[in-house]
Amino acid sequence: MSDSGERGAAGRARRGEGAGAVPWWLVALLLLGLWALAAFLASPGYRVILRAVASGLGVTLRVSLVAYAASLALGLGLGLLRSSRLRACREAATFYIELVRGLPMLVILYYIAFVGAPALAAALNALLKPLIASGAIGAVEARSFDFATRAVLALTLGYAAFIAEIFRAGIESVDRGQIEAARALGLSEGQLMRRVVLPQALRNVLPALANEFVAIVKDSSLVSALGVQDITQLGKVYSASTFRFFETYNVVAFFYLCLTVSLSLLVRALERRLKRGLAR
Amino acid sequence: MSAFIRVVEASKRFGPRGGPGAVALDRVSLELGSGEVAVVIGPSGSGKSTLLRAINRLEELDSGRIWVGDDEVTARRADLRRIREEAGMVFQAFNLFAHLTVLENVSLAPRLVRGLGRAEAREAAEALLKRVGLADKLGSYPRQLSGGQQQRAAIARALAMSPKALLFDEPTSALDPEMIKEVLDVMAGLAAEGMTMLVVSHEMGFARAVADRVVFMDGGRIVEEGSPEQVFDGPREERTREFLAHVL
Repeated sequence: MSDSGERGAAGRARRGEGAGAVPWWLVALLLLGLWALAAFLASPGYRVILRAVASGLGVTLRVSLVAYAASLALGLGLGLLRSSRLRACREAATFYIELVRGLPMLVILYYIAFVGAPALAAALNALLKPLIASGAIGAVEARSFDFATRAVLALTLGYAAFIAEIFRAGIESVDRGQIEAARALGLSEGQLMRRVVLPQALRNVLPALANEFVAIVKDSSLVSALGVQDITQLGKVYSASTFRFFETYNVVAFFYLCLTVSLSLLVRALERRLKRGLAR
Repeated sequence: MSAFIRVVEASKRFGPRGGPGAVALDRVSLELGSGEVAVVIGPSGSGKSTLLRAINRLEELDSGRIWVGDDEVTARRADLRRIREEAGMVFQAFNLFAHLTVLENVSLAPRLVRGLGRAEAREAAEALLKRVGLADKLGSYPRQLSGGQQQRAAIARALAMSPKALLFDEPTSALDPEMIKEVLDVMAGLAAEGMTMLVVSHEMGFARAVADRVVFMDGGRIVEEGSPEQVFDGPREERTREFLAHVL
C-alpha cells in the first residue's frame, strides 16, 4: 500500500498536483467568485436581486439539511436490510431502492406532493378513526402538510435509496476476517455490526456520504417546482416579474456555487485526512 | 469424559448443495484432552482449517457432531456465545479490529460479551498485553505494528475471554521468518501453562518441541496421528512419509 502510495504521490508531483502545488482551478473559481461579488455589490440593481434571492437561502439550507439527516437515517436502515442475512429483507430493500432510483427526482417530488400526501392524510384518518369520531382530534387534511414538508419527504425518500447503496457498499468493504474475529470472540450479530462493521464501513464511505449532501443541496432547487420559496423559486419569481433573467440567474448560480464548492472542498479535505489516517 | 474437544465423524463438502463439490472433511473424529496440545499438519486443502473452524462453528458441518466441554457445538440451538468463550481463536491474517487500538482490541469482547466494566477490562487487557510483550503498544493501531506484534496482540485478544482452549489457524503463515519465533514463543509459553491448544501449522520444529500429539490430514481425512516422535521419526503411512519428505 505504501508502495503504490509513493508512486501515486510521485505521479501527482510530476503533474504539478502535489500537496504543495497550486490548484489553479480553485484559484480561477475563487477569482470568479470575488469578481462576481464585487460586481454585485457595486451595482444597485444587483443589490436588490441579491437581497430578494438571499431570503430563500434559509429555506434551501433547511430543506437540504432536514432531508439529508432523514435520508441518512432511512438510508442506513435500508442499507442494513440490503446486507441482511435474511433473504426477504434483502429483497424488500432492493425492491424499494431499484424502484426509487429508477424515477427522476422531480417525478418523485410531484408524486409525493400530489399523490403521497393526500394518501397519507387518508391513511392517518383511517388509522385514527375512533379518536376522530369521539372528537378528541380533528380529521387530518392533506392541506396540513405544507409543500415544504412534502418536498422534504420526497427528497428524503429519493436520497435514502442512494444513501442505502453507499452504506451497503461500505458494509461490504469491511474485511470478512474482521467479522469472523468478532464472531469468534462471541459478539452477537448486532454487536459485531455496531462495534466492528459499521465504524469501519462509515470511515470508508464518509466522503461518498458527504458528496450526497452536495448533491442534495443542488437537488433542493427542485422544490421550486412545488412553489416552495427557496433561492431558485425566488429567482424564478423575481426574474419573471422584472425580465432581468441574466442578472437574477447569475445571483442564483452564485449562491449555489458558494454552497457546493465550499462543501466539495470540505469533502476533499476530509478525504485527505482519512487517507492519512489509514496510512498512519 | 476427559476429552475437552470431541469431534465425531465430521463431514463437510464445499460447493453447491447436493452437488459433488470438494470434500473438506470426510468423517473426521478427534479428541483433545484438557491441557493437551495437538498440532495438525497436512498439505493445503486437506481440511485442517475447516476442522478447526467447525469447532467454534465458523463453519457448519454437513454431518457429524462436535462437543466443546459439555456443550454440543453442532446442536441446532447451541449456545454459540458460551462455546466461543470457551474456545478462542487466532487467525492466520490476525484480523485485529482495524479501527481500534491494541488495548481496545483486547478489551472490547470482555466488555461486550462478559459485561466487564471499562476499568476492569482495561486492567486485564494491559496485563495480557504485557504478558505477550506489547506493554508499550497499548495505544497503537494494528497497522502500526509488525506482523509478529499483531499476532501477539491477537493472542492476547483471544486470551482476554479466559478461554479453556485456543484454536490456532496457521498463526505464523502470514509472518516474515524473523517474526515467527516471537509468536511461537508466546504459544509455547501458553502450552507450558497448561492451555488446551489445537494448532494448524507448518512449523514442524514447534510441533516437535511443544505438541503432545501430531495429527496428519490429507484429503479431508486424518491419515495418521501420534506423538511427534512417532509421526516424524517413524510414520506408519506412506502418504505421511511422502508429505514429510517434502516439508522436512
